[in-house]
Amino acid sequence: MAAPPYPWLKPAVLVGGLSPLALLALQFAQGTLGANPIERTLNQTGMLALIFLVASLACTPLKGVFGWTWPMRLRKLLGLLGFAHASLHFLTYAVLDQGLALDAILEDITRRPFITVGFLALVLLVPLAVTSTNRMVRRMGFPAWRRLHRLAYVSASLGVVHFVWRVKKDLTEPLVYGGVLALLFVIRVAEALRKRRARAETAVSTPSA
Amino acid sequence: MRQKLPEPLGSEITSESLYLRRREFLKSAALFTGTAAAVGTGLQLLSHRPTGGGNSPLLGVPGEAPKVARPRGPYDTDERATSYEDATTYNNFYEFGLDKGEPAQNAHTLKPRPWTVIIDGEVHKPQRVDIDTLQSWFPLEERVYRMRCVEAWSMVIPWLGFPLAGLLRRVEPTGKAKYVAFTTLKDPEQMPGQKYPVLDWPYVEGLRLDEALHPLTMLAVGLYGRVLPNQNGAPLRLVVPWKYGFKGIKSIVRISLTEKQPPTTWNLANAREYGFFANVNPQVDHPRWSQATERRIGEFRRRPTLPFNGYAEQVASLYTGMDLRRDF
Repeated sequence: MAAPPYPWLKPAVLVGGLSPLALLALQFAQGTLGANPIERTLNQTGMLALIFLVASLACTPLKGVFGWTWPMRLRKLLGLLGFAHASLHFLTYAVLDQGLALDAILEDITRRPFITVGFLALVLLVPLAVTSTNRMVRRMGFPAWRRLHRLAYVSASLGVVHFVWRVKKDLTEPLVYGGVLALLFVIRVAEALRKRRARAETAVSTPSA
Repeated sequence: MRQKLPEPLGSEITSESLYLRRREFLKSAALFTGTAAAVGTGLQLLSHRPTGGGNSPLLGVPGEAPKVARPRGPYDTDERATSYEDATTYNNFYEFGLDKGEPAQNAHTLKPRPWTVIIDGEVHKPQRVDIDTLQSWFPLEERVYRMRCVEAWSMVIPWLGFPLAGLLRRVEPTGKAKYVAFTTLKDPEQMPGQKYPVLDWPYVEGLRLDEALHPLTMLAVGLYGRVLPNQNGAPLRLVVPWKYGFKGIKSIVRISLTEKQPPTTWNLANAREYGFFANVNPQVDHPRWSQATERRIGEFRRRPTLPFNGYAEQVASLYTGMDLRRDF
């Protein structure tokens, strides 16, 4: 197999993608995150998790709409970055914010819908992260793998709901992410319908990923 | 691909293919750097929020420390006061932005002088009074109070002001007066956040008359021995230390005594989450988080929240016979 074009792309996205986290850690250590550094860390890790998840879900529609293939090479990396930030977001909450007070954390997860949906969003990402390797795709078989990874949409949607419920009053930002997610979903459904119709017309079934 | 920027080449003669590879490599390295920087910057712009603090100018013309009437009053806490920096750069004041760092950055547009306060409603002696005249009626006291926000963080702040009761007695409430209603300035030019309908402007708050007359309830004109900075509610704000912070209405232009319970902004915005009384109560959770603990700004670990924010001894009697779960 020939080396893919843009060999620098993936490492660049990895380094650039981790840089806000590195900066956050540095500022945390320096004590320059303002009066409530834990709140800042929570907000920023959560925000980044959502951005990465939405970005990973944008890869396939970008290919469908513009015919770009390079985002597809980033899809797994973006998804894993999303999972990493979501995990850190939860760890920040559990360790730094709640001081590992397990009863308080459990009560939050079970009794407060706002926390429940956020936690669920994270839990749904675990099987996706575990099955993110090429070996796992081969082991599961592609159709089954693809079905499982549709959970990414559910997770990101729950993430948006979690964000909506977090803000006290101003919904602008969560709704922007919700809107982008809805748009991506519509594109995907339209693509699927178009493909199905094309298949029905030609009666040839060569599904392309 | 090699992993490091190439060393400057020595005097060896380079083969053409290596030379071309090097060109290719440098191009890739530049694209790598550019892409990484663009991705990082983009993410930072999307996720970063202003901190306030650090480099924001001090506002509110911190003046000379006024002469304080008493060194330490009977209600003062001896807990360590929050740093001036934190107390003046971490604020909820939606009239100047939704992020806690924004009021300190944006509140310079507020002009706290000249400033007129109207005191009217069910009173025998309604007033329209200039803030400096109003202030001159009372000796200023320093009161070190705990401040507990409904968002489960807290501070300790040395306020400078006078008991609200003194002002209310001066205007002589009528027999019909049962509540006190407060109103913040409404002027989108001075308060740019009011250009967006995040809340119903102007911000309004209220107290039951007995709460308003309680000796703990004060009107503040300063903190830390200085004039109140704009972002903390200059030139006149309410401080009710046993209630959640949002009851402490800022930049007051009107105080009205009423017969009926007045509307209050956060209660109008979301009655399920914010009640009229808003007494600090570790037993009654906010629908989205527990109120049993709080994070004191400047501290790392959470601490237990006290009933009535630690002022139960002074104020619990105001609520005897009330169901504090229902009247939260």
